[in-house]
Amino acid sequence: MDKTVNQKAWFLVLPVFLVVAFSAVLPLMTVVNYSMQDTFGNNQFFWNGVGWFKELLDPSTDLGGRFLASLGRNLFFSLVILAIEVPLGIVVALSMPREGWTVAACLVILALPLLIPWNVVGTIWQIFGRPDIGLLGYVLNAAGFDYNYVSNDIDAWVTVIVMDVWHWTSLVALLCYAGLKSIPEAYYQAAQIDGASRWAVFKAIQLPKMNRVLLIAVLLRFMDSFMIYTEPFVVTGGGPGNSTTFVSIELVKIALGQFDLGKAAALSLVYNLIILIVCWIFYTVMTNAGVERKVQASSEEATEPKPSAALKPVPALKPKEGVA
Amino acid sequence: MHSIPGRRLVMGLFLIFLLLPIYWLVNMSFKTNSEIVSTMTLWPHTPTLQHYKRIFTDESWYSGYINSLEYVVLNTIISIAVALPAAYAFSRYRFLGDKHLFFWLLSNRMAPAAVYALPFFNLYSAIGLFDTPWAVALAHCIFNVPLAVWILEGFVSGVPREIDETAFLDGYSFPRFFIKILVPLIASGIGVAAFFCFMFSWVELLLARTLTSVQAKPIAAIMTRTVSAAGMDWGLLAAAGVLTIIPGALVIWFVRNYIARGFALGRV
Repeated sequence: MDKTVNQKAWFLVLPVFLVVAFSAVLPLMTVVNYSMQDTFGNNQFFWNGVGWFKELLDPSTDLGGRFLASLGRNLFFSLVILAIEVPLGIVVALSMPREGWTVAACLVILALPLLIPWNVVGTIWQIFGRPDIGLLGYVLNAAGFDYNYVSNDIDAWVTVIVMDVWHWTSLVALLCYAGLKSIPEAYYQAAQIDGASRWAVFKAIQLPKMNRVLLIAVLLRFMDSFMIYTEPFVVTGGGPGNSTTFVSIELVKIALGQFDLGKAAALSLVYNLIILIVCWIFYTVMTNAGVERKVQASSEEATEPKPSAALKPVPALKPKEGVA
Repeated sequence: MHSIPGRRLVMGLFLIFLLLPIYWLVNMSFKTNSEIVSTMTLWPHTPTLQHYKRIFTDESWYSGYINSLEYVVLNTIISIAVALPAAYAFSRYRFLGDKHLFFWLLSNRMAPAAVYALPFFNLYSAIGLFDTPWAVALAHCIFNVPLAVWILEGFVSGVPREIDETAFLDGYSFPRFFIKILVPLIASGIGVAAFFCFMFSWVELLLARTLTSVQAKPIAAIMTRTVSAAGMDWGLLAAAGVLTIIPGALVIWFVRNYIARGFALGRV
């Protein structure tokens, strides 16, 4: 399945290139333009060179302080939700029923939060968490906790994190489920014959098979949590104070709230650059994983031309790990 | 062997965790406002349809749903139409800069909407598309086109290359082969890609809100603006929220067998 070299393929890609260039490159040029200038209104602009960027990366200035603080909050947020959602998603995927109508029912319910508009997700948790009218807030307060996400920093954080877990764990679970589904039955039978423990099956069969989808899951979850805007904006509005102001919220505040074009543009570029770098790292890891897998698969095929034997031991499963 | 001990319990608890907040929203939407603020009730004691009636009769409310659906459908059509040939190209051929182009597309899927809000506002104002469904539909292409290319590429790669070759030997021209043979073969993939374009365009708020003011205002923006302007009408807000969940729930049902594969971007 080697691809043939054909430069005419560019004609097939051209529409995509034009559409995305129109909505990505053109606006980005405006951003670059603004980031070098300052304005005192009336559409009069002054050259400011790299002034905004210097200010942005210097924590002692107002702009820099706000940017770096929101960046720190955002990174912390991303790490926390990854640490919760990835293991939880794997557990949920492993808990999926095997067959029957319950599979479809579970899939539909799992996918439901993903299809709710993000501001409605915010609204749902706003209503659910309020101490006066929300079930969660009411129950917590009745149980003796002084829970109020509007006035307490920690409560606001917990609410935003639980909301994100509610919203996106299903994505990780569905991805892992797709990975698990691709494991042939023969692998499990072989493991059973080898007397492998439950943990060994997970470590030697299921986890390696989920590798690739897990990578996609981590990539998507990291990126989307790194640019989260709507949900915390609706629930906490970035508050109390600035405690849940993430980078996107800060950026929109500067760009559309204060209309401070230069500062906003400089922030946008640095923000975009971070995303680009992380994206590139993931992309490299992902394509490398793909190549390795292909090589591995083809060498397996070459050595064992008949993959039909159900009793074939799993190559990856070492007996010493398997005996429980 | 396949699954873990106590899986029913885990699954059950997780599903309850997912459904409880949604139930609370539905519950609210059938309560009168006085019941909402005065007592804590687990189900509506004096059920009312007044909030739903208001949404379906007040044009400033129901037009929001029409506006939203309009740009979502436009965006889905544009995304799939441009992504199909590109997916074929990426799947079958190598060409100058293909890997860089693919990465560039991927990076646009990840670009934060907040970065583009202001420049899009300028751009679409300048070309006179501001406050039309086209502005939002085109703006959403920035993340939906790469996604569609990604998903479709996975599905096209699942079609054996021999089929192309046989078709060309039989004298099919490229466009005819594309429409008559390839598209029917990856119909499920197109369905999945369309579902994802629909989904991501439907849930997005920031760009949709920034690029519209009066004529094309999406329901999500109406919810955030109207409600905060008129004080908190919790029942109405809840009813509007419930109605935004329904289209999503409907389309999930149609693609339920492909959801998992689609979320893996056709790459399992």
